Amino acid sequence: MSEWSQALSGHPEAGDSATVQTISGNRGLQIEEGLLFEQDSPGHCGVDLPEPPAFTSRLGGLDRKDPIGLPGLSEPQVVRHFTRLSQKNYAIDSGLYPLGSCTMKHNPRLNEKMARLAGFADVHPLQPAATVQGALELIDTLAHWLKTLTGMPAVALSPAAGAHGELCGMMTIRAALEARGDRRSRILVPESAHGTNPATAAATGYTVEAIPANSRGRVDLAALRAKLGRDVAALMLTNPNTCGLFEDEILEIAAAVHDAGAFFYCDGANFNAIVGRVRPAELGIDALHINLHKTFSTPHGGGGPGSGPVALAAELVPYAPVPWIVHGPAGFDLAEHMAGDAAHSIGRLKGFHGQMGMFVRALAYMMSHGADGLKQVAEDAVLNANYLRVRLAGALSLAFPGTCMHEVLFDDGFLKDTGVSTLDFAKALIDEGFHPMTMYFPLVVHGALLIEPTETESKASLDQFASVVNGLAARAQSIKAEAIKAEAGKAEAGKAGAFHAAPRLTPRRRLDETGAARKPVLRWRPAPVQREAAE
Amino acid sequence: MRYLPLTDADRRDMLATVGVESIDALFAEVPAAAQHQGLLDLPLAMGELEVERRLAAMAAKNTVAGAVPFFLGGGVYRHHVPASVDHLIQRGEFLTSYTPYQPELAQGTLQYLFEFQTQVALLTGMEVANASMYDGATACAEAVAMAGRVTRRNKAVLSGGLHPHYRAVCETYARFAGNKLEVQDPAPGGGEDLGKLIDADTACVVVQNPDFYGEIRDYSELAQLCHRAGALLVVVVTEILSLGAIKPPGEMGADIVAAEGQSFGNALNFGGPHVGLFASRERFVRQMPGRLVGETVDAEGRRGWVLTLSTREQHIRREKATSNICTNAGLCALAFTIHLALLGEAGLTRLARLNHATAVSAAERLGAIPGVKLVNHSFFNEFALRLSKPAALVVDALAARGILAGVPIGRFYPDRADLADLLLVAATETVTADDIERLAGGLAEVLR
Repeated sequence: MSEWSQALSGHPEAGDSATVQTISGNRGLQIEEGLLFEQDSPGHCGVDLPEPPAFTSRLGGLDRKDPIGLPGLSEPQVVRHFTRLSQKNYAIDSGLYPLGSCTMKHNPRLNEKMARLAGFADVHPLQPAATVQGALELIDTLAHWLKTLTGMPAVALSPAAGAHGELCGMMTIRAALEARGDRRSRILVPESAHGTNPATAAATGYTVEAIPANSRGRVDLAALRAKLGRDVAALMLTNPNTCGLFEDEILEIAAAVHDAGAFFYCDGANFNAIVGRVRPAELGIDALHINLHKTFSTPHGGGGPGSGPVALAAELVPYAPVPWIVHGPAGFDLAEHMAGDAAHSIGRLKGFHGQMGMFVRALAYMMSHGADGLKQVAEDAVLNANYLRVRLAGALSLAFPGTCMHEVLFDDGFLKDTGVSTLDFAKALIDEGFHPMTMYFPLVVHGALLIEPTETESKASLDQFASVVNGLAARAQSIKAEAIKAEAGKAEAGKAGAFHAAPRLTPRRRLDETGAARKPVLRWRPAPVQREAAE
Repeated sequence: MRYLPLTDADRRDMLATVGVESIDALFAEVPAAAQHQGLLDLPLAMGELEVERRLAAMAAKNTVAGAVPFFLGGGVYRHHVPASVDHLIQRGEFLTSYTPYQPELAQGTLQYLFEFQTQVALLTGMEVANASMYDGATACAEAVAMAGRVTRRNKAVLSGGLHPHYRAVCETYARFAGNKLEVQDPAPGGGEDLGKLIDADTACVVVQNPDFYGEIRDYSELAQLCHRAGALLVVVVTEILSLGAIKPPGEMGADIVAAEGQSFGNALNFGGPHVGLFASRERFVRQMPGRLVGETVDAEGRRGWVLTLSTREQHIRREKATSNICTNAGLCALAFTIHLALLGEAGLTRLARLNHATAVSAAERLGAIPGVKLVNHSFFNEFALRLSKPAALVVDALAARGILAGVPIGRFYPDRADLADLLLVAATETVTADDIERLAGGLAEVLR
């Protein structure tokens, strides 16, 4: 290996020569790009619009008087700006994205094409029902697929994301309890749950109590039973859970919850592991949200938009949010008001009818896979995770023994006495061209590293990832070995420092998050005009 | 299956590496009774061509807005989106990236969100904005909840001019959060005295500008009344383009602005996904919901961006978070940012003028038809008409003639006979003089 390629691979021996100083600050394909506001050519515009003919203003005298402060740019400048920004992002299109519990799978472009059909994209939600029969049919078809896949009798489609689906589910549960005159106050949530679960429980007016995990990384059934009582409204459980494990006592859990008169809410974030093979209804679940942006591959888009339909058991159906689709003599229609069959609905959770653009993408994905392909999705996702589990178990420390589902959890035991933290390890992975795994979540193990490869990674891709992770683990171990040899007891600073300094090959190196929070700068402001020296 | 890279040989090899006989062994912990045998009763896998055929057949059953004279608004507006917007948001690096929790791998997303936050703050005249919400209606409900946290009070007064869906979402959220709402009846074209409803329990007053019926109002005095009573003023904007022409909420003294940003960069999409905007005062920032991007420096002192103040958020604070929201409207926010970058100051103000001019021309033409009366004193690109016949019937009759005339207010208030003859008409830059003539002709005929 030449000195140069050693430098590029970020090998500790290469020191900081990786940070090549250029005149421009650019680094080859990585080009520095200022803010839009710093590229202002006042008066310039990237859209040619006609000036309207003379007219009498009807703004009621409330015209905007002062300039807004938006910069003027031409189209080429704008295209270049955003293209350069895009080149500073990692994406599933460019590489394996092993974020546990996020299901970063391939996003088929057919789905994008379908969502942009004018018949779906250029249709207004308040058009007369007769003019949107195809749109309503699409929603109804998606509902049919979701009902069949979950085994549940109904699905509420309006929630805009997973956490919004949780809100929907928990509100319907509270409404159902109140309808039977049952005021309950507590929600039980396992320690390993996503933060949205306790936050949702709080938003629906409940107090939250944590259920500990047992030594097998599952819900401690005895502890759950001890906490269940007539004041518990629901258990919120993720299954497979965020340790990547199937709650194998789920039928007992469901029975215990139901015996206490409570509802069983399931966070379906990890539905990808069981889609087509296991129907949540058969696990005793009363409400389950599904993140279309996870299992059904609608793009994450840098953080959204999402879509979080909620499958509901019969007892909860009357409380589902409006609107929902009804089949009338004239075809499909929408029940939009809390009247008639919808008299007990919790009401409306969102403007209009849900994330139609996401529905089209998800349905295109489902139709492409079919019943057979979806089952294969779950099987390949689980196989890929187990393959990585076995390939990595020698070098990393597995949090819980045995097989896993669609993701595999390690703790930071393998980094003990190396001076390298989970964060350092993840940042070193960035220099190797991989997005890190989920770190420090779930909270039930120390220094968690949660890896979810998904079914859309090839064996070669998994092998490459495994060899890099194993290599980094070996490098961390070599620090420990040398430290022990030196009888220093602690890691030698210089070697561990290579991990601390990572990443070094990204457009920006580690960012000062503490400083950002201490003195928040949340928007651009024009630089203060320099005053002439005092006269 | 075209999306699954593993071959059967791979699967066999990998099962051997894992040390199990078959894939079923990896599902052994799922109770046997819960494992579905065989395939579910759904169609089998389809090629691209077949999927396209079937979905295109569904799409073809809808009346496409762009194919007819089109006048619907009511919180979703049809604007022309420059071609480069959709091209750029489909770059895989934007489309297929995750939430920017690893800032070194997401400077692109973080920078555009910082630009988005700045644009929203400038447009609304507010100090700070977040990185977007699900939509305008949920942003509004979150604004009510935030006002409760800021003031430690639990009552909100909702104007009758608020979009009925926004009102409904506020009602749902408030019911479960235990907040009280005092909701005013809709009074299209008329005034309402919200000031007299403010009391010592009032956390906020929620108004909309232009209101749901298109009327433009100055809420400066109401803001003063709110502040004098220790309450906040929440201003909702459903047509964000209006702020290219009218006085922004920040100048009126708004404390929180909850808005819908769909008009920039985003298609009608039958109602979603759209992009919720949320802006406020700097001193309330720690009570804001949703993601925030902040400026910082990297280890070499270079400017960069990170998600910040996350101690407000659910993944850190769990049940003590300011909201349970996690997902934002990232890609829709990007479309917003690009469209607004293309427009710039000059383009935005011209587009706003063009919209207003088109609406003025439509209102003059339609208001002159016998049986039609313009309700508004002022408006931007949307106004209400009182018709001599029930608006829903008129809309259906015109739809049958190939004209999408507007939104009948009765759709939102089926129990309010006095609103049944109101039609909400939006006329954006996409509406031509010929479209207005066709609507006018159709309306005259149907009302005759």
